[in-house]
Amino acid sequence: MKLYEYNAKEIFKKEGIPTPDGGVANTPKDVEKIAKRLGKPVAVKSQILAGGRGKAGGIRFADSPENAYKVGEELLSSLIKGEKIERVLVEEKIPIEEEFYISVIVDRTMKKPLIIASSEGGVEIEELAHKHPEKIIRYHVDPLGEFLPYEAREIARKMGMEGKLISRVGSIIWRLYNLFRKYDALLAEINPLVLSGDNLVAVDAKLEIDDDSIFRHPEFKKQEEYEASEFAFVKLDGNIAVIGNGAGLTLTAMDLIKLQGGEPATFLDIGGGASPEIIRKAINRVISYSKVDVVFLNVLGGITRADDVAKGVVEALRDAERDIPLVIRLTGTNEEEGQRILKEAGIPFETSLEKAAAKAVEVAKRL
Amino acid sequence: MIILDENTRCLVQGITGKQGSFHTRQMLEYGTKIVAGVTPGKGGQELLGVKIYNSIEEAKEETDVNASIIFVPAPFAKDAAYEAIKHLDLVVIITEHIPVHDSMQIMEYGKRMKTTIIGPNTPGIITPGVGKLGIMPGHIFQEGDIGIVSRSGTLTYEFAHQITSNGMGQSTCIGIGGDPIVGLTFADVLKEFEEDKDTRAMLMIGEIGGDAEERAAEYIKEHISKPVMAFIAGRTAPPGKRMGHAGAIIERGAGTAESKIRALEKADVQVAEKPSDIPEMLKEL
Repeated sequence: MKLYEYNAKEIFKKEGIPTPDGGVANTPKDVEKIAKRLGKPVAVKSQILAGGRGKAGGIRFADSPENAYKVGEELLSSLIKGEKIERVLVEEKIPIEEEFYISVIVDRTMKKPLIIASSEGGVEIEELAHKHPEKIIRYHVDPLGEFLPYEAREIARKMGMEGKLISRVGSIIWRLYNLFRKYDALLAEINPLVLSGDNLVAVDAKLEIDDDSIFRHPEFKKQEEYEASEFAFVKLDGNIAVIGNGAGLTLTAMDLIKLQGGEPATFLDIGGGASPEIIRKAINRVISYSKVDVVFLNVLGGITRADDVAKGVVEALRDAERDIPLVIRLTGTNEEEGQRILKEAGIPFETSLEKAAAKAVEVAKRL
Repeated sequence: MIILDENTRCLVQGITGKQGSFHTRQMLEYGTKIVAGVTPGKGGQELLGVKIYNSIEEAKEETDVNASIIFVPAPFAKDAAYEAIKHLDLVVIITEHIPVHDSMQIMEYGKRMKTTIIGPNTPGIITPGVGKLGIMPGHIFQEGDIGIVSRSGTLTYEFAHQITSNGMGQSTCIGIGGDPIVGLTFADVLKEFEEDKDTRAMLMIGEIGGDAEERAAEYIKEHISKPVMAFIAGRTAPPGKRMGHAGAIIERGAGTAESKIRALEKADVQVAEKPSDIPEMLKEL
């Protein structure tokens, strides 16, 4: 679960990382109010989850409360990167002397947290990493050990910090790592960390929390970005809804649809061990998506039982909101029973994935 | 065969749960040596003829167990995994949805204790004719000389089925698990297959996301002499979500199906377009 910048900054502030003074607004009037309270030039920042927001025009500046109202009005009625802007974060504009970059991410290859830092932060950081990899400091942390402040100071020195800045930047790195651990983050990122006069300020903040850790972080359950879901569902542009058990198998079914000249309309992974109820909901879910002309259900049961799938299909077809062709491939655990249930209900099925994919495409083309 | 052989004697952690008891029966029916079960508080009971202990330490006093398969729910899986790592040589973690921070700790502890870990979020491991530690349907596998390693559960079954129904079989088949952090990696398993006299060729099944396949390709180029075939799921999937700048910095363009297929082809791996290509490729070897 990605957090909005303003939620991430609340956490950063609580954990001792300085952020700009400001507030959240969802009307131009509130934008103006916050700008007036701050009494200085402000940044008005769209609160969306997509990256590259600045380059897409989602961050604007205003030198007076009246201008802040105008800018707020424009942003709050627009779309950035396809996302509707519901809120903006209004913050004091921080004069920039230097911009640094600090992040902590899960390194899948080393299976450890990785701290990435650079004295040249800003939007061109990826370009820098590509052209001057020596300017990017990488430090793996022992997941069983404690991350100590001296380690953070060593990173700061390698970044090129001198004098007092070694301890001060080190302190922010240390706090960011501890926050990453404490909140079960997959990513904690400050870009840029701005040096402004005597102050170090996290001007932007990114925080992504591991959905699988929510059971021990009840505070995130009420977050609107957190959507407890029974299956993974992605809408696409084609007209053949693909439902399957397991991500790899479902992706493969999509690839085969495309290979046969069809276009997938959904990716829906029912996961492992789905009940008849989940199958019914999954079928209903894709049927209610208007682009869908054909449903392709591909199940090779392991932990999922073919008889449960068959029962779910029968129930779904009984109360479906519209009549739609369904192409089924059903094999695996308890397949005799599952196939018997379908036969009794008069529902045709296939046992080969590739044949079934070809059939789904053929049915879609005939419509 | 690799990792799971005649000397593997396993216990089941979480044997009294729904999944644990269902799959213990399946594993026993397949002929797997299941010598104990562990559920704290239920020691002394018996299930399907398997004696249950309160702890692994206790089970070790009475049996010659050397492996574990874990069905414990995610919030308690780290505790179970540590217990297994401390006492045993091989741990298969079936559990899904273990927090990534827990998995990082489990893997680091496993490395220190030199314990082999498969998973989490894996269908497990099967050596046809010998046994299975996992949840895969046993009947789609058959003794043979093809080693399979995969990141995906059900897609592995699809390929095993293709191979079996074309009259060939598998030496050992391992699901390394679909999580970002897993124990054995593609390269670890390919290395074992390279050294295994029963394995003639290998099939690697990958999918989009991460750079495990690209790294495996590097490894194959340097260290593998036996034929390797591959399949990558997700050629038509839309681009995945970004993980800040940090994600882009560490992945360096890896992650897409094109990137993986290109890397594998550079390592002289034959990449299949669809599952039915694999039996054809194997027949031509």
